[in-house]
Amino acid sequence: MISFAPTEDQQLIIDNIRRFVRERVQRASREADEGRGYSAGLLSEGWQLGLLGIWTPEAMGGLGEPHSAIGAALFAEELAYGDLALALHLLTPALFALPVLEFGTSAQQERWLSSLESEKLPMLTAALNENGWNFDPANLATTATRDGDGYVLNGAKVRVPIAAEAEAMLVYAAEDGKTQAFIVEKGAEGLQIGEREQLMGIRALPTYELTLAECRIPASAKLGEAGGVELDKLLNFSRVTVGGLAVGVARAALEHAVTYAKERQAFGKAIAQYQSIAFFLAEMQMEIDAARLLVWEAAWNVDKGSPATRECALGVHYADETAMLVADRTVQIYGGHGYIRDNGVEQLLRDARSFATLTGSAML
Amino acid sequence: MIDFEIPQPLQKQLSILENVALQVMRPQSRYYDEHEHERPWDYIKMMWEGGNNAGYRGRSGSGGGDPLQVGKTEAGEGPKMRNVILMHTVEMLSYGDCGLYLSTAGGALGGAAIEAAGTPEQRERFLTRFRSGEPKWGAMCMTEPQAGSDTANIRTTAKLSEDGKEWILNGEKIFVTGGLMAVQDSPGLLVVWATVAAGTGRAGMKAFVVEANTPGCKVARLEKKHGIRASDTAAINFTDCRIPFDNILGSPEVANAEAKDSKGFAGAMKTFDATRPLVAASAIGVGRAALDYTKEYLTKQGVTMRYDAPYAQLTLVERDVMRMEAQLRAAWLLTLRAAWQMDNGISNTMEASMCKVKAGEAVTWVTQKAVEILGNEGYSCKLLVEKWMRDGKINDLYEGTGQINRLIVARRLLGYTRKELQ
Repeated sequence: MISFAPTEDQQLIIDNIRRFVRERVQRASREADEGRGYSAGLLSEGWQLGLLGIWTPEAMGGLGEPHSAIGAALFAEELAYGDLALALHLLTPALFALPVLEFGTSAQQERWLSSLESEKLPMLTAALNENGWNFDPANLATTATRDGDGYVLNGAKVRVPIAAEAEAMLVYAAEDGKTQAFIVEKGAEGLQIGEREQLMGIRALPTYELTLAECRIPASAKLGEAGGVELDKLLNFSRVTVGGLAVGVARAALEHAVTYAKERQAFGKAIAQYQSIAFFLAEMQMEIDAARLLVWEAAWNVDKGSPATRECALGVHYADETAMLVADRTVQIYGGHGYIRDNGVEQLLRDARSFATLTGSAML
Repeated sequence: MIDFEIPQPLQKQLSILENVALQVMRPQSRYYDEHEHERPWDYIKMMWEGGNNAGYRGRSGSGGGDPLQVGKTEAGEGPKMRNVILMHTVEMLSYGDCGLYLSTAGGALGGAAIEAAGTPEQRERFLTRFRSGEPKWGAMCMTEPQAGSDTANIRTTAKLSEDGKEWILNGEKIFVTGGLMAVQDSPGLLVVWATVAAGTGRAGMKAFVVEANTPGCKVARLEKKHGIRASDTAAINFTDCRIPFDNILGSPEVANAEAKDSKGFAGAMKTFDATRPLVAASAIGVGRAALDYTKEYLTKQGVTMRYDAPYAQLTLVERDVMRMEAQLRAAWLLTLRAAWQMDNGISNTMEASMCKVKAGEAVTWVTQKAVEILGNEGYSCKLLVEKWMRDGKINDLYEGTGQINRLIVARRLLGYTRKELQ
């Protein structure tokens, strides 16, 4: 039966996140972008919203609800409405935990999911992205080769969040041409973490390049062992989450744009009272709503278990473009003031462009 | 819970309508495009008798099950789905042929206005006709040569007769969709917007029902159009056209208040909250026709869409088709939301305008793109694609242009009055 209303439980969580980001995140976001980071305290607070715990099995301290892509899209939007870098930082453990939850053997789940009970943000992450304009998650340059009773990983990864501090990460690599995930623990032989990356946006999120040079791991480190992972399924989770994030960034931009356009006077009235600006704003609202509904529908398909790659791909691209459009127009509405970092909207434009590289690297 | 599941009975109804669209409507499309002022009587009668218009325009289906029963459970009333069902129906018929769909007998916009703003007595008196007998049409007379989006500038007048028993209408209306069928080709009716106090703008604006064959009401001409040629677009003159006092739409207070307030006007403007999503649905039907054709064509040429391919590997045509799909789907979901809100008593003025903007823009772009992708064949009248491009454009124009609907969205978004944002 058709409905556009989140469940009461979902709404409760959305309200919680909104309170957190409004009270704690939004005013910290400018400085975090300049100083390149959020405090450990704020990250712990964010972690304690307990988003990932909803889907963690009860035996491991969670609520044991079935993983919901719609929930993921809803919560991601709300987090990114606060700040994209913070959202990505808080979602980083999910990059590790959700694939383990979905495809891990019981031994892997027991070992790793219990660390989610921590009061601090668990230091777990994943390495998927590789440099190159033709990066394709289904056709990775990083390889995993079976060797005796283990695997040898070789390759280079980029955009790996919190890699320097991570206790463990999921490294995606091609095994006989098929993408699989491997758990690589801190200090593994052949794992070299590079310098922190300097990026255009999402600067509060520490990300790293890393190299795997003859990195040896035991056979039991392959996620799901014999079963492996289904990349499509993982990517679709990721796509709807990224879609939600993009909608959140766009929403934040529109809120700034509306407030500014109603305050800023030109030729004797607020610039929002001119159709050129008002139409911009109307279209921004329309595209945000459109993107959100496309993402919801894609997520709904994922949750139903129907083939959803088409919906997810269309939804995430639409949301990505919407974030760019809305952030760009927000800067445009601010005029020269939009170009000044202190005013906070150029950051959204820099952040929004990250979706070009994030598709396939966020998950909730 | 967020849910996009279409109920089984509606799915069943849609597959029947899809047959009508493809087997009955499509084969006639070109003929009625080329014979502009002929009426598609075969189609009209088939739909009227079969009840296949699925309740659109006030006549609920009698053949193929009553789709308005969708959602009812054995335990009693189910969720209300009237507008959701209508938009699905309209989309599918427009997928067949938008011009023919507009010719479907029923109350149309006139009926919708009476439904929204009429008293129970008026609904009974005016709408019953659309449920039995011969095919009949309703139509709405709003636009005038000097007043389109600026509805407050309407000059058609309604004056009370000396004995106070009649209204006397004088003025000229244009762009009346189905006007000929409503007043000349059937015992239908018009809903006519007129001012009871010239110069007072919206405050004096009221709606009046003029029944077919009322003396003083005359079709002056039929327009020759870019598209939707199967549907007549009439110019109608009112010359001392007398109608009963009770034909003023709404409660008698509406008439008594005269120029004092614009409640009558605002009330009837609410009609648009229900009709804009239906226009949006119609737009999407046309767009889907063009998109489906393009995809089938490409498939035959050996082009398969790769939705999971990375950016670097996609061809330009694939990117275009993906964009076309996304635009139409986005418009559809916005429309679905507006209809769902209507069904659930949630105020939807902003969302109704929003879906109309999006759908009007999407169908325009998607159909233009389809002609472009299909190249020489797309431009040829051997295919229907060029026709869909012409048909589709109307949706960005009527029931409020894209611009006026943007203005409505902007006012709601900014919390501005009409005066603050003009």
